[in-house]
Amino acid sequence: MLRLPMAAGSLLAAALLIAASLSVLTAQVSADGIATLRGPAELTGQNEPPRMMPFVNNDIRATRNYPEQPPVIPHNTDGYIVDFNSNKCLSCHARSRTGDSQAPMVSITHFMDRDGQFLASVSPRRYFCNQCHVSQRDVKPLVGNDFVDIDTLLLNRAKK
Amino acid sequence: MLNFIKKYWQVLTRPATGISLGILTIGGFVAGVIFWGGFNTAMEVTNTEAFCTSCHEMRDNVYAELQTTIHFTNRSGVRATCPDCHVPHQWTRKIARKMQASKEVWGHLFGTIDTREKFQEHRLDLAIHEWTRLKANDSLECRNCHSDESMDITRQSVRAAESHERFLFTGEKTCIDCHKGIAHRLPDMTQVPGWQ
Repeated sequence: MLRLPMAAGSLLAAALLIAASLSVLTAQVSADGIATLRGPAELTGQNEPPRMMPFVNNDIRATRNYPEQPPVIPHNTDGYIVDFNSNKCLSCHARSRTGDSQAPMVSITHFMDRDGQFLASVSPRRYFCNQCHVSQRDVKPLVGNDFVDIDTLLLNRAKK
Repeated sequence: MLNFIKKYWQVLTRPATGISLGILTIGGFVAGVIFWGGFNTAMEVTNTEAFCTSCHEMRDNVYAELQTTIHFTNRSGVRATCPDCHVPHQWTRKIARKMQASKEVWGHLFGTIDTREKFQEHRLDLAIHEWTRLKANDSLECRNCHSDESMDITRQSVRAAESHERFLFTGEKTCIDCHKGIAHRLPDMTQVPGWQ
């Protein structure tokens, strides 16, 4: 089986940005010699937790790794309520609101029911935005990731 | 009973015989000051968060919802209490609102929203009252703290800066048009125009 070369491409849909600053968390070795995400503290002890980084709030759209990738949210969504009564995300991203908000409209896929028919408003299966879309914090990933995006895959395929 | 009233009416409508005019005037003035101070103090007590949340309807519903929002806890520690948003600062408007508040006293006594279910039923109406009030006074209570002249949009995020520039500074919209649900949970928004 052919092994694809490791690409320094972008990570999976989570697409955590790599901070230029110092990192604290990678798999570290505990006193027993076991690599853990908790860090080097004893089982009964506690590490100094890493500082919480702020949300990425620059409104710059990140490139998606493959066409169906739900885009990451390039702004802070603290306190945005999506429940039975209201959907805060749609207050800017709904079709009828995009004129005022200038926000990208939810894609047409969000209006499709399971038979592929287009509905007049957002389909219930796509109502809960946070099941697929998340805001990002500016942190280093906790574990290594050798995900390869579609462009690299296609390029490698073409090269062969 | 009638004699009692008659007797005191006679006392009130006859001129003073024993007390001087000066005492009456100055005493009346001092009494007036004390009364006014007392009245205002009592009114300001009803203008505190502790008073508002003394009702379980408020404490368990809207106050509980407020505690997760940015107007309750944020990085600067500047927070809004109930009267900051719901009671006008200006005296005449404040008195008008306080007179309207007798409706709330009635509601408390007769249990209009004393269960969670009743509250949820009324939630849309209550919210619409507040949105209408804020729209009518151009979000006056928001402007108690948030001044649009002092708002430095270069320090805001891109979409906030653009929205404020396009809508707030031009006067096209007012704060409450976009910032619904900033302090308490929203009601069923399907009937609310301009939300989605």
